[in-house]
Amino acid sequence: MNATRFRPIGLFKHVLLLLAVAAIVFPPYILVMNAFKSKIEFSQTSVFKLPASFLNFDNFVSVMQRAHLERAYLNTLTIIVIAVIGNVLLGTMVAFILGRFEFALKKTVFGAYIAVSFVPTITTQVATFTVIHNLHLYNTIWASIVLHFGTSVLQIFIYLQFIRNIPKELDEAAMMEGASLFRIFRTIIFPLLAPATATIAIIKTIDIYNDMFIPYLYMPSRSLTVVSTSLMNFSSERSTEWEMMSAAILMIMVPIVALYLFFQKYVFAGIVTGAVK
Amino acid sequence: MVNNLSYRQQKTILIILFLLVPLTLLGLFSLYPAVYLIYLSFMSWDGFSPDKTWAGIANYKDVFANKEIWNAFSHNFVYLGWGLLQNAMGLMFALILNSRLRGRNVYRVVLFMPYIMNGVAVAYMFNYVFNSEYGSLNTLLHAVGLDSLAISWFGSPKVVNHALGFITLWKFMGLNMVIYLAALQSVPSEIIEAARMDGATRFQSVRHVILPNMMRVIELNLFLTIIGTLEIFDLPFLLTKGGPLGASDTFLTKTVEMAFKFNNFGVASAMSLTLIAFVIVILSVQRWVTRRWGD
Repeated sequence: MNATRFRPIGLFKHVLLLLAVAAIVFPPYILVMNAFKSKIEFSQTSVFKLPASFLNFDNFVSVMQRAHLERAYLNTLTIIVIAVIGNVLLGTMVAFILGRFEFALKKTVFGAYIAVSFVPTITTQVATFTVIHNLHLYNTIWASIVLHFGTSVLQIFIYLQFIRNIPKELDEAAMMEGASLFRIFRTIIFPLLAPATATIAIIKTIDIYNDMFIPYLYMPSRSLTVVSTSLMNFSSERSTEWEMMSAAILMIMVPIVALYLFFQKYVFAGIVTGAVK
Repeated sequence: MVNNLSYRQQKTILIILFLLVPLTLLGLFSLYPAVYLIYLSFMSWDGFSPDKTWAGIANYKDVFANKEIWNAFSHNFVYLGWGLLQNAMGLMFALILNSRLRGRNVYRVVLFMPYIMNGVAVAYMFNYVFNSEYGSLNTLLHAVGLDSLAISWFGSPKVVNHALGFITLWKFMGLNMVIYLAALQSVPSEIIEAARMDGATRFQSVRHVILPNMMRVIELNLFLTIIGTLEIFDLPFLLTKGGPLGASDTFLTKTVEMAFKFNNFGVASAMSLTLIAFVIVILSVQRWVTRRWGD
């Protein structure tokens, strides 16, 4: 009986899923259709129509120059590299201390990280703004770097899950041979956390790449634009040139989508560990 | 030299050394701003001048007396409606993908994709979907003869928040789905099979076996959705600037405007704290309700 019922239900599932896929793909599809059209071609054809050639990269070249995208990519990459290194080092350090040692203020430290995660970051920016100002980091790339540098409760949770699975016997064996605790961290724990580190690095990269609020608020200078703010600037000047904007949006969107498709395993691992903690 | 220290000494030194930098950053950029925010909310300050004057609860009075702010806050509830629909759809697609299905990983990857996309890029992309004259949505509607539906999506005060709310559903449905899917996969298959053996239908086993086992995750997803809808800022900020005539302002666009446009940091801080208070109240109520429902 199951076999006879299975087919229509299976078909119905695929129909629902394909509808959802269509709804998701529709907006980017329109961008792809129009980013390769010249100005005249765009004004004379339907937005749904294929471009005359997918090899017409004029819009992309023009966006690159006018929006100074190479600078935006470089600034974004700088922030990502430094901040991710910070997250990985500080995250493993905190998780090592919390996962391996008992001490008086352990619960307080953990509690502080949990508490701040309940305060929506965007609401405290009014106060954070003055901190950044007083540290003379306003309108420097360091504003974004320091705000992304520290670890978070999510990262600590992910690392703790892995640390709990590293047998304590490994530490003890190393101690028998006279290894210092720092050496145990550096040569045993840190390398064994590599899968968690990959997950955290990918998630954080996506986070920083997509961040708009911090660079908008703290780095208004033109030379400090990141991908998000360069697109905002470009849009405020040329929002009526659709074929240009289509190309610009794609150039901001595609790198992170490519990264996601390539490292999807780590992305899902990060989302899931964070959620089912 | 390190080796000459006892492990007890090493442990103390390591705890201090390893926690020094992380806790300094946490204090400086998370804890201190939260406390400073409380202080600022009782002061009158333009954000730049060296002197702040005591305002007492005047800032809070201003917030609660300001009709514009509460009108803007009412728009957040439109997003909440879309957020609840987004959760229901996320759960539905998770249930669908939790069965043996051809291409389920491809579906999962595509449905989750909007979540990782750059928010600014997504916002401007939808500008070209919803544009009243040349937008792809209205072009599509005209093409299939539904001309009366082809309205000015961002220009109509009644529709604008729903158009923006739809974008949040488009972007975040996949996140809910992936979290639900992970929870579904952690429901032990034995209890589902046992229910089937006892003659439960597909629907009955979902209703009475799977969902009760997922209460914590449903709670978490609702938590994320509610926080997200209270925090809506970037879409109206980028696409409509709160317009037409404030019809798409939200609590946070008003807060940011109060601080960085009107330089009224005191009232803006009071607004932020009011929002945080709302988050806490709503979460407590939600926790209470789901606990009761779960028993």
